[in-house]
Amino acid sequence: MKTWAEIQAIKADVNAKTFSASAPGQYRVLVGLATCGIAAGAMPVYDAFIEAAAGNANCKVAQVGCIGMCQYEPIVEVVEAGKKTTYVKMDAEKAARVYQEHILGGQVVTDYLLVENGITCQSLEDTTFYKLQKRIALRNCGIIDPENIDEYIARDGYAALYKVITEMSSQDVIDTMLASGLRGRGGAGFPTGKKWSFAAANQAPQKFVCCNADEGDPGAFMDRSVLEGDPHALLEAMTIAGKAIGAKQGYIYVRAEYPVAVKRLNIAIAQAKEYGFLGDNIMGTDFCFDIGIRLGAGAFVCGEETALMTSIEGKRGEPRPRPPFPAVKGLFQSPTILNNVETYANVAQIILNGSDWFSAMGTEKSKGTKVFALGGKINNTGLVEVPMGTTLRTVVEDIGGGIPNGKKFKAAQTGGPSGGCIPLEHFDVEIDYDNLIAIGSMMGSGGLIVMDEDNCMVDIAKFFLDFTVDESCGKCTPCRIGTRRLYELLEKITSGEGELDDIDELEALAAHIKDNSLCGLGQTAPNPVLSTLRYFRNEYEAHIVDKKCIAKVCRPLLTFTIDPEKCVGCTKCARNCPANAIVGNVKEPHVIDHEKCVKCSVCMQNCAFGAITKD
Amino acid sequence: MKKKMSSIPFAGTPEQEAKLDAYIAEHKSEEGCLMPIMQEAQAIYGYLPQEVQIHIAEKLGIPAEEVYGVATFYSMFNLSPKGKYQFSVCLGTACYVKGSREVLDKLCEILEIEPGECTPDGLFSIEACRCVGACGLAPVMMVNGSDVYGRLKAADVADIIEKYREYEKEEAEYENMG
Repeated sequence: MKTWAEIQAIKADVNAKTFSASAPGQYRVLVGLATCGIAAGAMPVYDAFIEAAAGNANCKVAQVGCIGMCQYEPIVEVVEAGKKTTYVKMDAEKAARVYQEHILGGQVVTDYLLVENGITCQSLEDTTFYKLQKRIALRNCGIIDPENIDEYIARDGYAALYKVITEMSSQDVIDTMLASGLRGRGGAGFPTGKKWSFAAANQAPQKFVCCNADEGDPGAFMDRSVLEGDPHALLEAMTIAGKAIGAKQGYIYVRAEYPVAVKRLNIAIAQAKEYGFLGDNIMGTDFCFDIGIRLGAGAFVCGEETALMTSIEGKRGEPRPRPPFPAVKGLFQSPTILNNVETYANVAQIILNGSDWFSAMGTEKSKGTKVFALGGKINNTGLVEVPMGTTLRTVVEDIGGGIPNGKKFKAAQTGGPSGGCIPLEHFDVEIDYDNLIAIGSMMGSGGLIVMDEDNCMVDIAKFFLDFTVDESCGKCTPCRIGTRRLYELLEKITSGEGELDDIDELEALAAHIKDNSLCGLGQTAPNPVLSTLRYFRNEYEAHIVDKKCIAKVCRPLLTFTIDPEKCVGCTKCARNCPANAIVGNVKEPHVIDHEKCVKCSVCMQNCAFGAITKD
Repeated sequence: MKKKMSSIPFAGTPEQEAKLDAYIAEHKSEEGCLMPIMQEAQAIYGYLPQEVQIHIAEKLGIPAEEVYGVATFYSMFNLSPKGKYQFSVCLGTACYVKGSREVLDKLCEILEIEPGECTPDGLFSIEACRCVGACGLAPVMMVNGSDVYGRLKAADVADIIEKYREYEKEEAEYENMG
């Protein structure tokens, strides 16, 4: 265990030597090594810098978590005397050049800098993408080495825990959380302080603090980024929660699909124990709190709180009816609080800076910031953290850099399989919990997928239903059978067999599933259908009445034709057609036999003259 | 998700069993130990054959159907073996809207198997997987959970498969030389 004086010494030392005060000629090279960076090839870049800098006392190379701009990975930041230079789309060769010219020669290699809207940016902080953000949950991601507890300490790490242990009563902590207005970031938006106060009020021989790191929404990776980039923030917050409610044991339920996160969490837990921030007699007091990791095994329903706890108990992760709520009877029948990773990532900052600081950000009923994972048809895919109340337009156009290839925005999907689509008419909606629900979507955990005119909304609804059908645990009938019936109706419509009555049936069935399902999965499963019906009813009708897919996605509704003006009769399409549906003589325009055509689009992909169109 | 129980005969070794038994002995007394034990068993054997499920049940003193119930509930537990090269195509939303379905279809077409199946020579298996969180590189495919291929097009698939066939050939040549 370390004394608080020793911790302060570490903090001063790291700040002086590693962070802000490094002198000119002293370099710190940061390589983004989160899953996204590694996937893009950051490991060889890291190795190249390590090799080049070996023996150079003026150049320290460190791994950091996700910096946030996924499509520019691998990203390297070079820091000198507090000044940052961001290099993007790096490889080992480029790394060698940066080392030679920048680290040794003192010259920035402008060729590898980020170019935004035609303007070269010296660092990520100069971009519009970054300037419009406010980073609280992600404050350390991309800045500290997640496997080094000293760097976390240097950024005020564990100071909140120290404050809680030395200055605050359990009630003070809960009051601060209540006053901050922090709401659960996992999607439902329940006030965090209230959850804690319920569990604190229940007397029981044992209580638990759990973390939901089972980030199952397809297209969402906010939690992964915090786990990989700043794992101590989660441990500190859970320990504070343990103190507040009187728990001695915590569990982090994390997806097995996140091996890097699991590895870094394990390292962080061992370091925290060594320093006396976790385990028996924390910071020399009689407060004891331990954290265990439980791996999920690929079941979306385990993101639901009662199902998650059943899964930690080692059983099939089926939900159970509430009440009793987990704050009364949760894990192993004991009072339990369960919060999401991003919720916890705000806790230490709220304790340190006070509830007023936090509640000054955001809208009336949604305080603070929200992290979104931008994906789909958008230029800047990546992680962004913005104050609540930022408009969707700002997120998509200014931060996200708009839609690629000059295409038009059609909708943004939030809340994953439980959420809905936000169409262009609501582009100026201020994003917060209540506004999104009012327009038929939901905040969800933070996935924000942008769709353009090439995406068919009926197909998207079908895609989400396919997901929920697969992930329904089968315990209750409305969800198990209802979602399958919904899917079958959508399948019927997208294959051109739909009738107008099907729309009424979809709506009636959706209402029934919402009202009668046992848990959140079933209750929200019809949302993608309802919201697409609300805003894109014309697309459903086009599929049913005109037998047309406006976005040209649903194959059974497409017709392929060859333009005789453009066709030169090269025979390539005919030779590649798997159905022998194309006929024609050499150097004469070819024709597709629609009776035989299987609509595989191979001909279109093979035509070098753009003569084949689908409609 | 429906799971197929493997018809391939079980070929566990005494070493594997000893390793599993040591793990069970260490964790048996912990509350909620069944899933971690099954995860370890899958790490040892590569999948969860019926024989192993029954073995775990006996060691923990619980009914075998409880183990089977958990094994079939979670998508990451495999009841049949995987190919030497496991292709996982991400069908998360971000990948889907960027065309990962076409990548998956192409893979199935070339290898002549369906997702969840293994080629008869035991070399390749395909699965459609949940979001791997690399949405910035969509569409994404992973091979054996470690080699990541991003920004894929259906047309890239043939070359990737060929790359692993080449590995196989090289490996076979080495063995012949040795």
